[in-house]
Amino acid sequence: MSATEILTGAEVVVRLLERQGIRVIAGIPGSANLPLYDALGHSTQIRHVLPRHEQGAGFIAQGMARASGQPAVCFATSGPGTTNLLTAIADAKLDSIPVVAITGQVSRSLIGTDAFQEVDTYGMSLPITKHNFLVNSAADLLKILPEAFRIAVSGRPGPVLVDIPRDVQLEKVDVATWPEPGKADALPAVDDALLQTAARMIAEARRPVLYLGGGVIHSGAAETARAFAEQGGLPTVTTLMALGALPVEHPLSLGMLGMHGAPCANMAMDESDLLIVVGARFDDRATGKLAEFCPQARIIHIDIDPAELNKLRASHIAISGDVETVLRRLQAQLKPQDRPDWLSHIRQLKTDWPLRLPGADDPRTHYGLVRAVAACLDDNAILATDVGQHQMWAAQAYPHHKPRRWLTSGGLGTMGFGLPTALGAALAEPDNTVVCFSGDGSLLMNIQELVTAAQENVNLKIVLMNNAALGLVHQQQTMFYGARRFASLFTHVPDFVALARACGIRAIDLDTADDPRAALAEAIKQRGPCLIHCSIDVQQLVCPIVPPGAANREMIGA
Amino acid sequence: MNSVSPKRTVLELTVNNHPGVMSHVVGLFSRRAFNVEGILCLPVGNGDISRIWLLVDEDGRLPQMIRQIEKLYDVKSILRRQENDGLFDRLEELFTSPNDVSQKEPQ
Repeated sequence: MSATEILTGAEVVVRLLERQGIRVIAGIPGSANLPLYDALGHSTQIRHVLPRHEQGAGFIAQGMARASGQPAVCFATSGPGTTNLLTAIADAKLDSIPVVAITGQVSRSLIGTDAFQEVDTYGMSLPITKHNFLVNSAADLLKILPEAFRIAVSGRPGPVLVDIPRDVQLEKVDVATWPEPGKADALPAVDDALLQTAARMIAEARRPVLYLGGGVIHSGAAETARAFAEQGGLPTVTTLMALGALPVEHPLSLGMLGMHGAPCANMAMDESDLLIVVGARFDDRATGKLAEFCPQARIIHIDIDPAELNKLRASHIAISGDVETVLRRLQAQLKPQDRPDWLSHIRQLKTDWPLRLPGADDPRTHYGLVRAVAACLDDNAILATDVGQHQMWAAQAYPHHKPRRWLTSGGLGTMGFGLPTALGAALAEPDNTVVCFSGDGSLLMNIQELVTAAQENVNLKIVLMNNAALGLVHQQQTMFYGARRFASLFTHVPDFVALARACGIRAIDLDTADDPRAALAEAIKQRGPCLIHCSIDVQQLVCPIVPPGAANREMIGA
Repeated sequence: MNSVSPKRTVLELTVNNHPGVMSHVVGLFSRRAFNVEGILCLPVGNGDISRIWLLVDEDGRLPQMIRQIEKLYDVKSILRRQENDGLFDRLEELFTSPNDVSQKEPQ
């Protein structure tokens, strides 16, 4: 760039986003970010998607980022625009998703005066972002925006918020040269001595288990993890976040561990003498009672975030590094092992403690519906979920095959996540099919984005499991609160089929379909958004379940 | 500090000097219900950088706190000081001077 340009702060932001490779932004305008919108309106490279609530914008950005692995951007105005966005940001923080949120703020002279639509965005976003910035001058944008992207994607990914006062958006700045787009830092060096010790421990272990977490997906390590497991003869469990890291039918796959995991996975871990924990963080829903989690196992813990090592469970070997790099180098030090005794025992555990999916052949039951949907999709289809029973049923019954095809709110457990996140994924992959499993409780929490789905005409199918209840709450009350079911059954339920049609999308009702499989297949095949309604018996439970505070071996309903 | 207090230590942080940094640092403690007993903060050099001394209880969670602090964008370095040259003790004398005690008006 030879000639100096004189641009406003808002124009600088848009140019930097273009240079960063951003092509879609979801957001809602308001008075404190209108200069940004004025500049964005002139962009020929960035398409703006207008959702109907800022939380929708945040989750659309998440959907794009989760499906692609690339950072995605959302916009919101000051005050309520920003507070609406915060749940989506907190969700991104807990699941380590690279989102850059750009919020408008009142002008600098008004900050701290309780001005119209002023909130302390910096203060409120501080504990739920990887980092946040309040921009003090238009010139600072040239440093801060690339830095925001660098932070979002480096190491353990996470959300970054950039709060820009309205007068900074309008301030003129001379731009002589453009900064390089922000990109991930070089991967950290790995300690060879630790790798050697770890390789020796794996070789000497008699009952090792490989425990894969969401970091495996973020690091693009699914293939490497599979090769590593095969080389070491390692039975493998995945967390909710790592579903798809190893195909479910792989002989070494034990499925998901934890509260609603496969019984064989929890039992194998209980017997394990060595746990190789990769990009996972010993979340309480995965471990159950931590003091009794894998009681006989020594621990090798591999994570990009050094603060996760020894946080909840002391490890014998703690390796801080990119999990793909570490697994690849560790595999090079492993001799192929077939472990006939342990793997034969694992096969027995799978027989004795299978994950039971009653009704899997009946598309009008919860498991059967998940299986029937799966039968209509190829391996590349993206599955998003909301939060609740349907989420766990889909986690259990869907045949997960590939990484980045399973988008779920693991850490924060945000009802309302599914629809806008699925929408974002569909925007990122317009030629693909995206399915959102939802429940009647979750769907209503961001139902307004049905209109956005119609507006964008995305190839998104919402499979609604309707039990007229907050099902997981209902289940917990049934099992652990003396069956005192309070505030978990809805006395009024909307006509979801009519509601979807009113928002401008197709809808079918499997309850009244003569041939539900055929109706489902036709609905999924036809391009464009569609809501697929199915009633589910409210008495159905997510099983097995590890009661709160119990050890994982104490599963009910296994 | 008086003799009944738990063992304390001083964390010395070198940080960027801007309005949000103190919030980032103390926020890590407050959201883990970990009390900070004393704070000293002054700019150093040309004012781009500040140094913060945090007086905290020795606690099993301290190593985790230090690793979390190391992750903060604005923290350049952190070290655990074995001693604080009696500085906090002398400040304590200053702080407990009876003349300084004033009552906040009810709102």
